[in-house]
Amino acid sequence: MTPTEPAERPRATPSYLGGETSAASWLGTLDHKRIALLYLFTITAFFVVGAVAAALMRWQLAVPTADLVTSDTYNRLFTLHGVVMVWFFLIPSIPTVLGNFILPLAIGARDVAFPRLNLASWYIFVSGGLLALYAIVVGGVDTGWTFYTPYSSTYSNGHVMVMAAGIFVAGFSSIATGLNFIVTVHKLRAPGLTWFRLPLFVWAIYATSIIMVLATPVLAITLVLMGLERVLGVGIFDPRIGGDPLLFQHLFWFYSHPAVYIMILPSMGVVSEIITCFSRKRIFGYPVMAVSILSIAGLGFLVWGHHMFVSSQSVYAGVVFSFLSFLVSVPSAIKVFNWIATLHRGSITLSTPLLYVLGFLALFTIGGLTGVFLATLAVDVHLHDTYFVIAHFHYIMVGGGVMAYLGGIHYWWPKISGRMFPEAVAAFAAVTIFVGFNLTFFPQYLLGYLGMPRRYMTYPAEFHTLNVVSTLGAVVLAVGFGLPLLYLTRSFLRGAPAGPNPWGATGLEWQTSSPPPEDNFAQTPVVTGPPYDYPPL
Amino acid sequence: MRRFLASWDAVSGWLPAASSMAPRVDRVLRGLLAAGIAVAVVLTVLTLIILVRYRRGSAASRSPSGIATWKIEASWIIGTAIVFLFFFFEGAGVYADMERIPPGLPEITVVGRQWMWDVRYADGRREFNMLHVRLNTPVRVVLSSEDVIHSFFVPAFRLKQDVVPGKIVSTWFNPTRTGTYPFFCAQYCGTAHAQMIGAVVVLSPGDYAAWVRGNPLPRGGTAQERGLGVYRRFGCAECHEDPQGRRAPPLAGLYGSRVTLAGGERVRADEQYLRDAVLLSARSRVAGYALTMPSYDGIMAPSDALDLVAYLKSLAPPPQEAQP
Repeated sequence: MTPTEPAERPRATPSYLGGETSAASWLGTLDHKRIALLYLFTITAFFVVGAVAAALMRWQLAVPTADLVTSDTYNRLFTLHGVVMVWFFLIPSIPTVLGNFILPLAIGARDVAFPRLNLASWYIFVSGGLLALYAIVVGGVDTGWTFYTPYSSTYSNGHVMVMAAGIFVAGFSSIATGLNFIVTVHKLRAPGLTWFRLPLFVWAIYATSIIMVLATPVLAITLVLMGLERVLGVGIFDPRIGGDPLLFQHLFWFYSHPAVYIMILPSMGVVSEIITCFSRKRIFGYPVMAVSILSIAGLGFLVWGHHMFVSSQSVYAGVVFSFLSFLVSVPSAIKVFNWIATLHRGSITLSTPLLYVLGFLALFTIGGLTGVFLATLAVDVHLHDTYFVIAHFHYIMVGGGVMAYLGGIHYWWPKISGRMFPEAVAAFAAVTIFVGFNLTFFPQYLLGYLGMPRRYMTYPAEFHTLNVVSTLGAVVLAVGFGLPLLYLTRSFLRGAPAGPNPWGATGLEWQTSSPPPEDNFAQTPVVTGPPYDYPPL
Repeated sequence: MRRFLASWDAVSGWLPAASSMAPRVDRVLRGLLAAGIAVAVVLTVLTLIILVRYRRGSAASRSPSGIATWKIEASWIIGTAIVFLFFFFEGAGVYADMERIPPGLPEITVVGRQWMWDVRYADGRREFNMLHVRLNTPVRVVLSSEDVIHSFFVPAFRLKQDVVPGKIVSTWFNPTRTGTYPFFCAQYCGTAHAQMIGAVVVLSPGDYAAWVRGNPLPRGGTAQERGLGVYRRFGCAECHEDPQGRRAPPLAGLYGSRVTLAGGERVRADEQYLRDAVLLSARSRVAGYALTMPSYDGIMAPSDALDLVAYLKSLAPPPQEAQP
């Protein structure tokens, strides 16, 4: 055998879960599928941390003037909840778990473009996460996840710099992952897989990656500027030393509004995959769906000022940002219509993944409609910084983002684990989450209209009833979120074997065995048709 | 529809509409709510019908509908855009009126401080976490902060304005219903944020007069008089009343006029400008004058600066000399 001669690929490499199983083989793996599972465990742990903080807050709020925790502790709890859930759960959720696992498979590739960078991203992410956890353990941070200046840069006595360093470090993980995915989609698509044959999940991850690469550096710069002021006293944001507090808000939201789309665009991709599979139809209006993902990603950069309508920014700026915010809602609305049109004249099976998607549609629609309320200038003046805003963004990020994440986990679970989950229990959990979620967050819309400000650890007695309903809802929600942890773990160990394609889905990821072999495909697939090419009904 | 409106009244019964702006905001909100509920109901019913009718194995026909996809897409893109455009204009119209403060309103100065509201009336009276106003008498609220960002939020008036350190920001309201209404700090400001709560008391003219009579004036005099004291204490006249007018610009009639700064920029001399000119004089130097005035930031107490601004605002323009 001469070294120049390419070795014949073995016909079947072992499954990515088989082969070496030592801890070192996992912690040093370059396989995108194993890295996806590393992320899955990491972000699940962070989700539990963030959820415990939320549970303590809801417990405190069950009574108007409770003293379960001190006000300083309460302020640390909502900061912890926001920071952990946004940066260490929601932003990485679908991209790093499902994106890492499915994206290469969905485009017929053997891995992402830069496997080493991919593993490094996870280590960077974990380092950032540990810094954030360290900040919490040594005493916490009380600035809120928004770090508004001059409170964060001058007045707060929490461990702001450690927490900011954690977010700063985790940002590099976002950037590296985004870069990796962009190159992967450009360079590693299977023969015949042209751009307009890409599954919408790939489009969504691609658009998200672009936002990650473009927006995250702005957050990094903003946190560095805040640090310069806090540590070295350089006057940037604090007016007492010559700074401008609103400058921070502009910079922060220039990242953090696009970050909302980092959290929601991948969900839109997942929903498109599931809805086509369980209605046995092509997506309605594929080109519009692909273009709307890109236009949401682009317009999302131009609406940051709608977080600042009452900040004393100029009236003209307010009017322009309001208009652009309405504009960015159009493609989102169109997507909802197109998903429902996809179901129309389909052949629908109400499996668990589709239940999650239906939940997504309902909650995302309510979240989107109330988002239109908030884009409306005069109405936002009243609702800004109240529980109405809390309810709105939880409907989008949890009702949209987490529902789609869980839907995607269930949809691709047979591929990831090679095993089926118990359908009845899973369906029950999906319905429980939906009910619990609405019980928790719908009352908060009313609380917000009535004037209850966010980040209040005590509140006037007239808000009591609605807060009790919300806290009870949180209990139901906790049960709903706990169930998948249990039955998915059990399924992983002893579920029924799934076979390569239990749903009869069309994506390339379903053409290989479950769980997939280390190098994904024995032979590189060739694509000859459009996505979602289900046989005519 | 009547049923819906009645239930709306039940909800808004919890939250009175006590300012001239409140019913206007509620009207826009009602429109949004009606449109939103209509959309949500139609989509839900439609989805449920589809789920049942096209369940796997049902006999319903699946042959293509025959309408071109692009026509359907175009119609709902345009439809959505038109509805959105309507609400954009509705909201922006009311917002413009909120932001357009009627000229000549009586002023109340409200200072946010961790964690209390310091309310100062023009006649020198001062209260904490209480704000008394007269029914149907619009007032301008001049907001400033001594530390971090706060937000002045009166739910019953549908009014919210962030109070930003380093800035003087005004808002206004016209109370239309007597009663006591809570106001909150809506922008997170630290440990006792949730206790930074006050009450606006809207009194009928008679009750208001009685309240004024029942609260003797403080000894310090009106805000203007206290400001004059500050003006004398800091020796402002030394330069600003220099007969040649070369050392510093004259102050009479400055408030409300247009000033050309050393950098060539033209600004209106509002409260913000007057405050900056005192506290950050380098930034607000007037064209044609050397920078001889020190910055008083950290030297003059924040409340003295506010009083001084009140005094400067009271200075009428000098008598007009006959133009040749």
